[in-house]
Amino acid sequence: MPKYLLLKHYRGAPAAVNDVPMDQWAPEEVDAHLRYMDDFANRLRETGEFVDGQALAPDGMWVRHDGEGKPPVVDGPFAETKDLIAGWMVIDVEDRDRAIELAGELSAAPGNGGKPIHEWLEVRPFLQHHSETIE
Amino acid sequence: MDEAVLRGVVPQVIGVLVRRGADFATAEDAVQEALVEAWRTFGAGSAEPPRDLKGWLVTVAWRRFLDVVRSETARQRRELAVDLEPGQGPTETADDTLRVFFLCAHPALTPASAVALTLRAVAGLTTRQVAEAYLVPEATMAQRISRAKRTVSGESFDRPGDLATVRRVLYLVFNEGYSGDVDLAAEAIRLTRQLAALAGPDEQDPETDGLLALMLLHHARRPARLRVDGTIVPLADQDRSMWDTALIEEGVAVLQGALARQRRGEYQLQAAIAALHADAPSASETDWVQVVQWYDELLALTGSPVVRLNRAVAVGEADGARAGLAALAEVDPALPRHRAASAYLHEKDGDLATAARLYAEAAGLATDLAERTHLTREAARLNRAVR
Repeated sequence: MPKYLLLKHYRGAPAAVNDVPMDQWAPEEVDAHLRYMDDFANRLRETGEFVDGQALAPDGMWVRHDGEGKPPVVDGPFAETKDLIAGWMVIDVEDRDRAIELAGELSAAPGNGGKPIHEWLEVRPFLQHHSETIE
Repeated sequence: MDEAVLRGVVPQVIGVLVRRGADFATAEDAVQEALVEAWRTFGAGSAEPPRDLKGWLVTVAWRRFLDVVRSETARQRRELAVDLEPGQGPTETADDTLRVFFLCAHPALTPASAVALTLRAVAGLTTRQVAEAYLVPEATMAQRISRAKRTVSGESFDRPGDLATVRRVLYLVFNEGYSGDVDLAAEAIRLTRQLAALAGPDEQDPETDGLLALMLLHHARRPARLRVDGTIVPLADQDRSMWDTALIEEGVAVLQGALARQRRGEYQLQAAIAALHADAPSASETDWVQVVQWYDELLALTGSPVVRLNRAVAVGEADGARAGLAALAEVDPALPRHRAASAYLHEKDGDLATAARLYAEAAGLATDLAERTHLTREAARLNRAVR
């Protein structure tokens, strides 16, 4: 079974169809959205396809080694233009079609006006573990 | 057999083994194995648990310890450093049990290591349970615990430790709340009770009772603190009939006993504030003037910026939103919950548009998901109201 990473972006993804910041929604619409996300994850737990999911804070920094004995270089917070990941979900599914089907469902989460957000999700297959196959 | 009863004797059993000459790390492993065996033998109700559960565990754990030492010795072909024959029966003392608490909260350990070691060696949880509670892989937690044991292995078991470090560790455990299948808040309360009983009523240092009171009073509100979907209910909106009155009564009694000893500390002062909330039939009927007085004392004692922030919100309740905002102006705006507090006070002052903007900013700065959801929802609510 291949694993896929579904990535949700704060910035950097193509604009969603129903693209309104969450604090402009009605409070019940916020609740409905979160319930949809919870239900989605729970459904995948029941079907045995859920692996992991986490949300990321919007702040962060770039860090790199700067030579022996020197502290690492830190560049941050991120510039406004940086592509910014908001969270991820890892799923373990039958095939690519199923991964696309599930990403489509997740993208249909309700947003402003109770209508689907149609948000773009990045879908990335994991490189598989090498295994000796019996021919 | 009650799991909590079984786990309750763990630090005593480790104390006995160490007193008989076992090293702490091996003793701790041996006791974990004895626990597993106890659970396998009596857990399912297949056999009647022994009347002297602790004696049973000491016997089994000591045998395990000897097995380990003998196989080590056979391999290394050298003399044993410890006397293999136990002297008398389980000679446990309260001091030995207390020293297991001290060792697990040793200042040489990082807070995360001290928490992990305490949950295993004092609370008697398995590595898997601790790992699940902190959402890390079991192998990672096993490594953290064994490194922690190595760190304290050279420490003298006989030197008394500092109760303040133990309290800090238990406070951290309590704040972790509930995740996985272990109720860490309930565990923290159980261990703090045990610690308070071991230390006895200390005239010089009533802070262990202060901590226990604080935990009980907070825990009493837990049923009202979250909705079924996991979202936060602020104190003012909580259904107070859901608060656990038995826990509140006990917390208030423990607090009164501590305060009577006339040596105030930060846990007692925080508990005193929690007690005033517990006492009020509604948020508006809270004695905010007295809450502010306790915050003044807490601030004088700790100088903590977080206390200053919470005090500003209390001032807003006692003397009006403007007074609260003036108090907030004295607080470092970089503090995590500064914007949320400012948003709350601006709403109270009638400036809904500013409050909505601040709530949205606060949501962007939130460090946990439930808080972010709550703040986003507050922003959404006010944006609708302004429209």
